[in-house]
Amino acid sequence: MIRGYELSHLLAGVMLVTSFALLYQERIASVINTFAAQSVTLALAVAWAAFSQDRSELFITALIALCLKGIVIPVALHRTVVRLGIHREVEKVVGVGIALMVGLALTGLAQALLLKVTQGTASHAREELALALAIILLGFLMMILRRNAVTQVVGFMSMENGLILAATGARGMPLVVEVSVAFSVLIALFVFAVFVFRIRERFDTIDIEALDRMRGDAR
Amino acid sequence: MHTYQIVVLVPYVSALVLAAIPGYRVGSIVNVLASAVTFAAGLWLIGDERTVGPYAIVDEFNIVFIAINTLVGFTTSIFSASYIGHEIETGRLPPSFVRFYHAMFQAMMGSMNIALVANNIGLIWVGLELATLITVVMVGLYRTPQSIEAAWKYFILASVGISLAFFGTILIYLAGQPALGEGVPAMTWSLLQGAAAKMDPAILDLAFIFLLIGYGTKIGLAPLHAWLPDAHAEGPTPISAVLSGLLLNVALYALLRFKMLIAGQPAALNPGPVMIVMGLVSLIFAAFMLYQRRDIKRLFAYSSIEHMGLMVFAFGMGGPLANFAGLLHMAMHSLTKSGIFFAVGHIAQAKGTQRIAEITGLSDTHPRLAVAFALAVLAISGMPPFGVFASEFLILTTTFAREPWLALLPAFGLLVGFGALLMRLQGTILGAPTGPTHRVDASSVPMVLHLALVLAAGIFLPAILVAWFQRAAELLG
Repeated sequence: MIRGYELSHLLAGVMLVTSFALLYQERIASVINTFAAQSVTLALAVAWAAFSQDRSELFITALIALCLKGIVIPVALHRTVVRLGIHREVEKVVGVGIALMVGLALTGLAQALLLKVTQGTASHAREELALALAIILLGFLMMILRRNAVTQVVGFMSMENGLILAATGARGMPLVVEVSVAFSVLIALFVFAVFVFRIRERFDTIDIEALDRMRGDAR
Repeated sequence: MHTYQIVVLVPYVSALVLAAIPGYRVGSIVNVLASAVTFAAGLWLIGDERTVGPYAIVDEFNIVFIAINTLVGFTTSIFSASYIGHEIETGRLPPSFVRFYHAMFQAMMGSMNIALVANNIGLIWVGLELATLITVVMVGLYRTPQSIEAAWKYFILASVGISLAFFGTILIYLAGQPALGEGVPAMTWSLLQGAAAKMDPAILDLAFIFLLIGYGTKIGLAPLHAWLPDAHAEGPTPISAVLSGLLLNVALYALLRFKMLIAGQPAALNPGPVMIVMGLVSLIFAAFMLYQRRDIKRLFAYSSIEHMGLMVFAFGMGGPLANFAGLLHMAMHSLTKSGIFFAVGHIAQAKGTQRIAEITGLSDTHPRLAVAFALAVLAISGMPPFGVFASEFLILTTTFAREPWLALLPAFGLLVGFGALLMRLQGTILGAPTGPTHRVDASSVPMVLHLALVLAAGIFLPAILVAWFQRAAELLG
């Protein structure tokens, strides 16, 4: 019989793998698909936590993750990419090899740091937290290394996925917070949508590079 | 019903009402009235009984912040009423946006008040996150390429910061869990603080690092400050005033609460030295950056980084006296800096530009505005008899009494900053006027009021106020 935390570790591990996959995708469409896969895995992980920790309110969080980040947002992003006719290729600051090496180093750092520090707490919680921190750091890395508005949005949301995983890993953390996380993602998307369309309106591109030229002080 | 509920509810209810009011005039009047009620409730709260509930807390420490928050919110609403009217007339802002602007203004005030009264580490995070997202939208309000770039940068940096802060929050919950059990108690300030001695010091250390970077981004500490100058320069001026005067304070408040928590566990790292270093780096870095600014709002944004650095330094020093000085400096900086942004709003409307080089000879064209602006600049540079001088003097002397060599660094930073402000701004006031000038419609009442308060505090600080700040400083430990 598989014990509860083994399954949750497996799902968290799959999320970490998708985080790495996000780093090496060549096309924006596949970045979005990978993100959708990560969100569905998150939904499964949260649902499993709800079941195994006997906390039915977590099913709501799982449902939000599944519907919103697994389906609605990816579909909306796909449509945005098609409608705006933006570059189909992901523009990178550094090559795939370096990005993956840095990602690996960050994952190692997260494991070393959290497993060393949280020795007093229950083992499954700290391992889950270490995986979550790695996902957060990889999302962070993606936001730095990809110079395109859509991929930065995805990086940010993948970071939020890691946060929700961490919040469910900490046993008994009140639902208030999880709902608020979901809520913030919603607002974040709203804000981003507004920006993406406005940026398009102004520059006919959604490369962040174009924005960098608009630095106020250098006018 | 306790007064703190009014402080939170009135802004949100009026945000809903304002979202339904199409006219600019009625909207701005309702906005001012709502802010006035909130301010009255904030004042009432000072005399009201202290309470500790599962979700809200009112103690000596946070009423200082609430009082400043509601006061500056009120004066800013007066300023914004006339300022936004001018922006609509000149066509910078489409009239359809005004409804949105007013509703967002109140929602932002409400969210900051939530963060300030929250007795729950998750709730404080939610309040701060909401307030941040609203200011992001406000910064992009003019929809120029520059303002969108500023809002984008602000959004990316702020959300990274806020995500790290959330991870720190989870760690604190994890640290509190063994002592307080699962669920809401392990996220409650007052309970966490009592149980701090039983928490695992290693987790607390890690949590504090995340919280320092997370909330430090929002305080504008170097090197996490990159969003701050752009956001100040490109948004509407009332929002710049609220950003500098209030939002940075709320983020600082969150950090200080966690500092109090960590201080309860002697085996955990001492937050003091870390905060001293970050504060000094921000202070000195920002002071040097002041020399190269060409945009007047950007200049004062860097000055905000400088002063936030000084506050973090003072709180890092710790002890009743340094904390007192830090709180006093925070109050003085809020009042002075928002006053300066009011003045800058007038100047930008009078000259039609924010470029320092194009703003010249104000003393010829707008003598009264020039005098007020000159006084405000002197006040923020720490010249007597203004209140900022008193608080800076207090910070420096307390530091000197304890660590004589350390006091040289902030003194050096402040001198550099003073020189920069003087050098960059003398041309705007003196010199021969160039370029077109316009009539100024914005109300000068808030600006004069803030200057008068700062001046009064510098000359004579009432004993009641001193006692009040001392109690708050003692809580801070």
